[in-house]
Amino acid sequence: MVKAISLGDRVRVREDFPLGHIRTPLYVRGKEGVVTRVFGSFPNPEVLALGRDGLPKKTLYEVRFQQSELWPDYNGPETDTLLIDIYEHWLAKV
Amino acid sequence: MHDQDHDHGHHHDHDHDHHQDHDHVAVQPHPPAAKDEKIHSYHQVLGLALKELLIEKGVFTADEIRKAIEWRDSITPAMGAQIVARAWTDPAYKDRLLKNGTEAIKEFGHDMGALHLVVVENTPQVHNMIVCTLCSCYPRAILGLPPPWYKSREYRSRAVREPRKVLKEFGTVLPESVDVRVHDSTADMRYLVLPMRPKGTEKLSEDELAKLVTRDSMVGVSLPESPH
Repeated sequence: MVKAISLGDRVRVREDFPLGHIRTPLYVRGKEGVVTRVFGSFPNPEVLALGRDGLPKKTLYEVRFQQSELWPDYNGPETDTLLIDIYEHWLAKV
Repeated sequence: MHDQDHDHGHHHDHDHDHHQDHDHVAVQPHPPAAKDEKIHSYHQVLGLALKELLIEKGVFTADEIRKAIEWRDSITPAMGAQIVARAWTDPAYKDRLLKNGTEAIKEFGHDMGALHLVVVENTPQVHNMIVCTLCSCYPRAILGLPPPWYKSREYRSRAVREPRKVLKEFGTVLPESVDVRVHDSTADMRYLVLPMRPKGTEKLSEDELAKLVTRDSMVGVSLPESPH
């Protein structure tokens, strides 16, 4: 059983490359960030895209990444961040 | 699904080889027809065929499509500007807007439908900027259709990769002491930037303030206009 993720948790995005309608961009896969919002549950877009009901619903989180961790050559201060919405099945607690 | 976008992107930018162009020296009482009128890409043809089939099968009528497009086109960034101006003048409204944007815009009669609105506030320490790297998610319910640059591959890839450089190209230069926060909208949330109220606007009314709030300032690539 996967541990539930909550606000403030440090998480890692699954480094996985499945086919289909995936709403987790490549540039965050395998990266670590912090959960900054918990939006609630929504039908899974990966299942919706197949013309199905999208159930079971998945919890949607906002995850904050430090830009310098996403891009090793990021040209800007350490305090610049990127925030992105990611579904629970793409995240694991670190 | 995005056919109401009039989204022909790069096709009609610089190609001047169509016959409509050849008479440009003559005095024309009417402007020439849009160049893309006769050009249908594979996906446009597919979209048209699907539309015709759905009408034939009675799923919806041509008039319903027309009405839906008319409704879409009636949404302009002025709606978003009004929301921002209210937040600038009414602290209680601003609180509601930041806590739950979806609910707060209902006070103006706007409806996010199945989507949700998240409003992010710019402060002297933080500058927010919105992008959708995967497609063109945009708060259409209050800003209307996204501008072509928002949907371009260039903006979508560079806004997350080098936001400060992109901001600079929009004329927005921020000191390093300001944190740049890029929001990539990938799911059911739509984002609106609440820009900072410009200086020297203390005496302006809500309607006057709304005129300073540009579309781009609500996407976070620029700042609101200054008064006068």
